[in-house]
Amino acid sequence: MSLLEVKDLQVRVEEREILHGLSLTVNPGQVHAIMGPNGSGKSTLSHVIAGKPGYEVTGGQILFRGEDLLEMEPNERAAKGVFLAFQYPVEIPGVTTWNFLHAALNAQRKARGEDEISSPAFLKKVREVAKSLNIPQDMLKRGVNVGFSGGEKKRNEILQMALFEPAVCILDEMDSGLDIDALRIAADGVNALRSPERAMVVITHYQRLLNYIVPDVVHVMSKGRVVKSGGKELALELEESGYAQFEDAA
Amino acid sequence: MPAVQETVERVRRIDVDQYRYGFETLIESDKAPKGLSEDTVRFISAKKNEPAWMLEWRLEAYRRWLTMTEPTWARVDYPKIDYQDIYYYAAPKPKKTLSSIDEIDPEILKTYEKLGIPLREVAILEGVEPPPGGEQTPNRKIAVDAVFDSVSVATTFQKELKAAGVIFMPISEAIREHPDLVQKYLGTVVPTSDNYFATLNSAVFSDGSFVYVPPGVRCPMELSTYFRINERNTGQFERTLIIADKGSYVSYLEGCTAPQRDENQLHAAVVELVTLDDAEIKYSTVQNWYPGNSEGKGGIYNFVTKRGDCRGRNSKISWTQVETGSAITWKYPSCILRGDNSSGEFYSIAISNGFQQVDSGTKMIHLGKNTSSRIISKGIAAGKSQNTYRGLVSAHRKATGARNYTACDSLLIGDKCGAHTVPYVEAKNSSATFEHEATTSKISEDVLFYCIQRGLSQEEAVGLVVNGFVKDVLQQLPMEFAVEAQKLISISLEGSVG
Ligand SMILES: Nc1ncnc2c1ncn2[C@@H]1O[C@H](COP(=O)(O)OP(=O)(O)OP(=O)(O)O)[C@@H](O)[C@H]1O
Ligand SMILES: [Mg+2]
Repeated sequence: MSLLEVKDLQVRVEEREILHGLSLTVNPGQVHAIMGPNGSGKSTLSHVIAGKPGYEVTGGQILFRGEDLLEMEPNERAAKGVFLAFQYPVEIPGVTTWNFLHAALNAQRKARGEDEISSPAFLKKVREVAKSLNIPQDMLKRGVNVGFSGGEKKRNEILQMALFEPAVCILDEMDSGLDIDALRIAADGVNALRSPERAMVVITHYQRLLNYIVPDVVHVMSKGRVVKSGGKELALELEESGYAQFEDAA
Repeated sequence: MPAVQETVERVRRIDVDQYRYGFETLIESDKAPKGLSEDTVRFISAKKNEPAWMLEWRLEAYRRWLTMTEPTWARVDYPKIDYQDIYYYAAPKPKKTLSSIDEIDPEILKTYEKLGIPLREVAILEGVEPPPGGEQTPNRKIAVDAVFDSVSVATTFQKELKAAGVIFMPISEAIREHPDLVQKYLGTVVPTSDNYFATLNSAVFSDGSFVYVPPGVRCPMELSTYFRINERNTGQFERTLIIADKGSYVSYLEGCTAPQRDENQLHAAVVELVTLDDAEIKYSTVQNWYPGNSEGKGGIYNFVTKRGDCRGRNSKISWTQVETGSAITWKYPSCILRGDNSSGEFYSIAISNGFQQVDSGTKMIHLGKNTSSRIISKGIAAGKSQNTYRGLVSAHRKATGARNYTACDSLLIGDKCGAHTVPYVEAKNSSATFEHEATTSKISEDVLFYCIQRGLSQEEAVGLVVNGFVKDVLQQLPMEFAVEAQKLISISLEGSVG
């Protein structure tokens, strides 16, 4: 069974259709890259999968391990293993990163019927993960993303992904705002999470990221549809010739 | 549906009726005849075996009150109060003098147990019994005075406090046992003529707490009073007077609850604090009076005058309040910075939900030289509530070097509520430095979704964001209270997200 299956998805935002019948099948162990011009609907797709309010699904389906994802509350989806690394992570003043992660992890565990993780066990775990991603300890004591640099925010997203060990990871432009070293570290973090059970959907504008996170499949999105899919060489091709050739296809 | 929209929808279905402290205790009570007259005042004074001077003081206030009119400047709206339709005094029966906790009506003890108030101090101290409602035994001791309707039913840790020289007792007892102290300070911070509700209180106050900390003494434990209104149609008019003599320190906690009632109940308290040279009082309140039901029916009218007088040099008064209850709150804990180098602080969390109306804030009156004050106010409005911060910072002509920092932040949940900030500043002295910052924000949909994507429920997400928002103030509360306040914040916002 495929892990994530998007079938002929149609989505409206404020009376305007943004996705016009989008399909995507992601199998366990795979890495999919989605590329496409600004405004083509990449973030919209990621938000709908995660269950962000404000989007109206007017047609199609999203199945997660064969279950109807659209029927689930967003936190239920998270507990089942859907993770979205946001293009623009928000700041939450007064809530320490450490507290936030602990509360979130326990909420997920509770939803799955697992025991809560104690503070010391959690601390140990989060420290290990932070270290592997080169995230300084004191960042964990600060308010969630408050005063973090763009790159630090992105790394904090990867940290959460590593901590929650989700089944499907959607990474929306995780490379934007990262310097070259930070990009490598973050990509290593993502690669370390690749496993035969887990799948990744990597949204990016730049082929460079795909040198580090090598995809199995590359999709080109334009105007709310997938207009072409291929192997990793498709990304190189895009870098050469741009999106113009696909604009008509859409 | 966008999250905020959904929040609003849920607020519509809000069930403030979930109020957890809304049970009633069935005990017989001894009441004064309904209504207010000189006879009512005499009745109360006689019930308390008060000396003649006290009765005179009350009567003077009563006569004064007759000439006054109810204030209308606050941003609150309520039907006219019929002052003749209220019982001004209700005491649980039987009314014999109590010499130990065991003599208190078990029904009342049960009530306090339900509220989680540790009256059974001995058992707790001996470790025989866990504190009612609490999991962990607090290491720090808290002496409790519990006021049930109009009378004080128990004051704990009397002996230990006495050894330290600290007087902590119902004010009705203090009037009899320490008339010199009471006469010296009562009404010197909030004069009987101060304002409509304070004057009313002066005429009919029934009980409350009295604290005197002698020079150089650091009070060995937190002092605490719990107020509960139980009787139907009664008003509660408590009076608290705290004096910290030279170089002393005391931390005082106050908590309040009331049962659910369809009719509104009046609560008009007066609290007076006095600090002499180098003394400090830290006064914390967790106010959780019944806020009314989902239609806005019932609930407490909380019209309170709280004021501290930093009378001595280098003295300090700090108010911290967490206000989650009451249908209407009208309350401005203030500091008069009279002594040179004295300082005042006001930390406030005011949460309104349903149809609650809050008009609260502080006054910092700088009179002495080099005085400083700090105001941190966090208002959270949800449902159809209105939440106003009203503050005054003033520096007298002679108050050279006065400093104030004010930060007022408001957070809105949904779009049927309102937050308002009304700051007044009067600097009659050019050397004063007053800083004011204010923000109003809506709880952001993106922030909520971020939390929910990480697995938190909508409710947990709102709780987390709000607790983050109020963190600076929560940190000012003593540990046990901070934990309680945090729970209370979640409970009072429960209706706001369904
Ligand atoms: N809340 C909204 N209201 C109105 N229009 C919206 C909303 N959200 C998205 N859109 C529109 O939908 C289209 C797709 O936006 P989306 O953010 O999904 O694009 P994207 O492919 O992620 O672009 P980028 O590469 O710039 O991140 C855009 O035209 C955008 O303006
Ligand atoms: Mg995008």
